[in-house]
Amino acid sequence: MSTVETTSPSHASHDNAHTTFDAKPIWRTFWILLGITLVEITLATIHLKTGFPSKYILNGIYLILTCAKAFYIIAEFMHLRHEIKNMIMTIAIPALIFVWFIIAFLWDGSSYNALRNRYDAHYRDANNVKVAPPSEPTDKEHGSKEQ
Amino acid sequence: MAQAIPAGQKWWSGGKSPFNVEYGKLMMWYFLMSDSFTFGAFLISYGSIRFATNGWPDPNHVFRAFPFMGETNMPLVFVSLMTFILIMSSVTMVLAVAAGHNHDRKKVTFYMILTVIGGLMFLSCQAWEWWHLHSEGAWWGQNPFPNADGSKATTNFTNYFFTITGFHGFHVFSGVVINSIMLIKNLRGDFEKRGHYLMIEKAGLYWHFVDLVWVFVFTCFYLL
Repeated sequence: MSTVETTSPSHASHDNAHTTFDAKPIWRTFWILLGITLVEITLATIHLKTGFPSKYILNGIYLILTCAKAFYIIAEFMHLRHEIKNMIMTIAIPALIFVWFIIAFLWDGSSYNALRNRYDAHYRDANNVKVAPPSEPTDKEHGSKEQ
Repeated sequence: MAQAIPAGQKWWSGGKSPFNVEYGKLMMWYFLMSDSFTFGAFLISYGSIRFATNGWPDPNHVFRAFPFMGETNMPLVFVSLMTFILIMSSVTMVLAVAAGHNHDRKKVTFYMILTVIGGLMFLSCQAWEWWHLHSEGAWWGQNPFPNADGSKATTNFTNYFFTITGFHGFHVFSGVVINSIMLIKNLRGDFEKRGHYLMIEKAGLYWHFVDLVWVFVFTCFYLL
């Protein structure tokens, strides 16, 4: 059976596109990942201080940036971008199920919440019982409470 | 860019690997895909429970501590450090893989050592964070943090946090073990004898996957 396997590993590492593993794109990817993370943290900090980008907009931005980071890790660090297209598709297409998966389950969750808020008075009222002051971005009063 | 293939190349007519990838590496990819469904199921379950609840604790309030700083209010700083450590160790891993392609055994050793150290640093950070949260009274089944609006929170928040970061931390731990084995094998000269460093590459895929999952855990727990 070993004769079938003409793409022998030592072969594979020498004479195809895999040899394009040089350092420059690696560091470029590193800076991109670092930059995106810094942008996320900066936005979060600005939101904490000023409340300016509203939480909904911010969450959308976070999701886009997260997907961008995931793309760079998979494509460059895991080298998937440089594989044969058929192989990329056998991984990318099943992963698309996540799109449905996320939408369906989050939708279901919020629908369940809406139903309970409408029909379960106890559940709805439990939310109005405050055990602590609403947390402000720069709250200090919680530190002592927990001890 | 998908790799350029000579026109008329018949990949499926037998005699060659249709994906031009070694068997073990392909199987590593499919394992990682299945693992991503496990993590995806965890995170989506977390999301749907969060959507099914009226209030939720404010992550900037919960994760505000930093080691050896006492009672501070530094949201996002510690977790940014953890993210940086993991990205950095991912970079040293790719550099090890690249060195393996050039059959540079010394460089592979060097970068694998750095990768293992990065993994251990990340695990230490996580251990500290768990310890700190536990000392504040958070654990599976107990949640001392109120919702952001001041109402009483359920224990879902801590249950999901400890389960998912624990599952990820366990992946990091096994990644460190795998990388250490690769380091030892490289020191013994096993890959040099074999003529290729594909094992480093497969370990690298796993390690990058751990980094990839962290990107999502970071967003879901600390940012959103």
